[in-house]
Amino acid sequence: MKLELTLNGRPCVTEAPGHWTVLDLLRDGLNLMGTKYGCGEGVCGTCTVLADGRPIRACLVLAAHVRGRALVTVEGLERDGRLDPLQTSFAERGAAQCGFCTPGMLLAAKALLAQNPAPTVDDVREALAGNLCRCTGYTKIVDAVLAAAPGAR
Amino acid sequence: MPAYRVIGTSPARADAWEKVRGRPIYAGDLAVAGMLHGRIVRSPYASARIARLDTRAARALPGVIAVLTAADVPRNELRMELPGRMAEATAGAVLATQPALAADRVRFQGEPVVAIAAETPEIAAGAADLVEVEYEELPGVYDPLAALDPSAPRVHDGGNVLRRWHLRTGDVARGFSEAAVVVEHTYRTPFVDHVYLETETGLGWIDAEGVLVLRVSTQVLEHYRDVAEILQLPHGRVRLEGTYLGGGFGGKEDVTVECLLGLLVWKTRRPVQLVFSREESFIGHGKRHPYVMRYRTGATRDGTLTAVEAELVSDSGAYAALSPWVLLYSLVTATGPYRVPHVKVDATTVYTNNPVASAYRCFGSIQTCLAYEGQMDALAATLAMDSLALREKNFLRKGDALATGQVLETEPRLSETMRRAWAGLGEPRSPRRPTRIGRAVAASFTPYGRMCWTRDSASAWVGMELDGTAVVRCAAPDVGGGQTSSLCAITAEVLGLDVAQVVAVGRDSHFTPRAGTTTATRQLLMSGNAVLNAAREVRHHLLAAAAALLEAAPGDVELADGHAFVRGAPGRALTMASVVKGAIAEGRPVQALEKYDAPSAPTIDPLTGQGKAFNDYTFGTHAIEVEVDEETGRTRVSRFVACFDAGRVINRASAEGQLEGGAVQGLGYALMEEIALENGVSKNPHLVDYRIPTSLDVPPIETLLLESGDGLGPFGAKGLGEPAMTPSIAAVANAVSSAVGARVTQLPITAERVRAALGSPA
Ligand code: FES
Ligand code: FES
Repeated sequence: MKLELTLNGRPCVTEAPGHWTVLDLLRDGLNLMGTKYGCGEGVCGTCTVLADGRPIRACLVLAAHVRGRALVTVEGLERDGRLDPLQTSFAERGAAQCGFCTPGMLLAAKALLAQNPAPTVDDVREALAGNLCRCTGYTKIVDAVLAAAPGAR
Repeated sequence: MPAYRVIGTSPARADAWEKVRGRPIYAGDLAVAGMLHGRIVRSPYASARIARLDTRAARALPGVIAVLTAADVPRNELRMELPGRMAEATAGAVLATQPALAADRVRFQGEPVVAIAAETPEIAAGAADLVEVEYEELPGVYDPLAALDPSAPRVHDGGNVLRRWHLRTGDVARGFSEAAVVVEHTYRTPFVDHVYLETETGLGWIDAEGVLVLRVSTQVLEHYRDVAEILQLPHGRVRLEGTYLGGGFGGKEDVTVECLLGLLVWKTRRPVQLVFSREESFIGHGKRHPYVMRYRTGATRDGTLTAVEAELVSDSGAYAALSPWVLLYSLVTATGPYRVPHVKVDATTVYTNNPVASAYRCFGSIQTCLAYEGQMDALAATLAMDSLALREKNFLRKGDALATGQVLETEPRLSETMRRAWAGLGEPRSPRRPTRIGRAVAASFTPYGRMCWTRDSASAWVGMELDGTAVVRCAAPDVGGGQTSSLCAITAEVLGLDVAQVVAVGRDSHFTPRAGTTTATRQLLMSGNAVLNAAREVRHHLLAAAAALLEAAPGDVELADGHAFVRGAPGRALTMASVVKGAIAEGRPVQALEKYDAPSAPTIDPLTGQGKAFNDYTFGTHAIEVEVDEETGRTRVSRFVACFDAGRVINRASAEGQLEGGAVQGLGYALMEEIALENGVSKNPHLVDYRIPTSLDVPPIETLLLESGDGLGPFGAKGLGEPAMTPSIAAVANAVSSAVGARVTQLPITAERVRAALGSPA
């Protein structure tokens, strides 16, 4: 089937078999490997991407459902060679260890900050609860998100 | 403490800048033209005979290229051979090796039976459904204690006892006769899973020289040898290319996809990708060993320990894997970081038809910590003594001997880690019903580096480029802990460069100097020292070249900030590029290949445990506060402080990250994780029902790092990866026990178990 959508700010016209998920589309169809498979069951959050600004689980949503929508993946966070403040904050604060959860975490955090530019610790922990990380224990991830919040004091 | 420029700071890791862009090419992120997709058919039964196996329909499916069975495996036996002087250490063990593909008998649920390669993942899955296997269920044994019964079904012909180790010092009967109080408890831990977010993954192809190349997410590049053995190829004909790992924690220490993938590539002569699904990962790779640990501990009225008697039984599951060595770690750590004059420990690891158990962060030294630290709190309660004071009275000090007779040559600083962790909990709060608050500590010691008789060694190459930057080549897999960036930091420190001026390229079994496994908390010690030696050799040449150019003595030259200058006269500085060019013009080498050999020692005595099992240990304490709801039994960890002697911190954020991650992995183990088995069959092989901690389940982790400079690693560093987790489960169990007023001895500490403990008399 033919699909038209906005991908990382650019129009994208592509083909995808009907049974493909957004994760299949990104990885196998569009060669965007930043979005990861961690469970395929909608639990781990490593496949998190943004659809119209909202985090979705790319492994659960069929590609057909993002027709006409604006998709943002980790590859789209960097704009004109400038990293998103979240990316800088994650790198500088040691919030990425193995890095496998990092793309999904960044996008979940991105959605949070867009809605709530001055989140509390609890807001951050709540917003990231659907994204598992087995390496960091979350401490540095939460700190990195707070430090990147535009409304942070 | 000497002044360092790079060591101990927190420069952002080079890999982190790539990771936040989603750019690292993990094992599953590379596709090759003509690539096939692998699929494994696994046994649904824990103990069965394969009565009939028919692959004809699967083979006939269009797009299926290979359907392989045991008959296709040239040597169908996976040996877990460790290098070094292992013969004495394995004497007497019944080492049952696992086949790559089961032939006529399956011994655990998830055992691979058929390997398929097809043009698409969908076709491979379709072929898997068409494979006809008729199983005849056989009696199995699913409990390690039951497996010890001589009448129990035999998992292997040699019997169910895989390995026993014993520890004897003093006279335990005398020790108990000298005790005024004796506490006795039995501790139990479950099977748990590593749950790295990246499942087991690899890609393989045959290169232009006819070499089988496997690009795999593994902690052990040396598995190329296992693949070569399976295929009966000369070892040099199989090459393993390392990738950044999406987590390992010991689960990618054993062979995972390597042999199956190698087999599929070799038989099809096509590139093949093999990715385990999450469910496969749950049922298909080694787990942490469940333990049953019966402990008796005696002390005098003033709290001086007199005796420990312990019986440890671990469930190895269906095959040997690394169980004998995991058990050895348990043996050596069984009495904790305490002086105990009279000790008797008997440790046994047993075959069952449960999942194969093998390496997992802490490697047998975490289960014993639950027991020895539980015993300390139980003793304190019996003696009505402060539990910290009781520990302090018995802590090992420099010059004391472990129960194995090994004398500690440096000060463990246990009191300091414990007092500082405890103080980190802050002022106690008054609880409000129905919440009860419990606080406790657990102190610990964990080996870093391999067993002394493995004669461990690592090599590394460091070289200068003409622009004055440096390159490190060292085959140390990076599991996410920052192994690679630490090697760059060490090089930068020695050569007076900025970390950004050092790049570590590749990790490959054949192209980079062998550095050994990223396991056993050994890489900072081993590769770190090898890189340190190589960098120092390069430094020596650079100093000589700079001295000639500056007309000074080499001893007066300093390297800093990418320049060379005479000490005290930084005005006349040479750029590193000009020093390198000067060295080359004079015919001096600007590169070095060096190695580091860990001190070695003979095998410990298997009947008494006496000897030197490990070169050194990392000591540290967790202090924890929990809130227990007396009505629901729910436990919430409200504070968590970790304090360890790191020896020397290389990258501060990475070191803290190890402590934070280890702590939270421990909270999962303590409170929520368990592979639920019914006759060896997993009831929860999915993340929906095997829950690990989320950001909402855990508190922020506070970390405190001491730097004694006493470690054997570079600049006096010790290892932190595994030690970071060791005390966690004991600290939680002790904190919950103190909240409910009864000893909690079984993991996971579920609400149900807490309610039961609340109902039981204190
Ligand atoms: S891969 Fe989509 S939630 Fe785990
Ligand atoms: S950094 Fe490894 S899973 Fe989060």
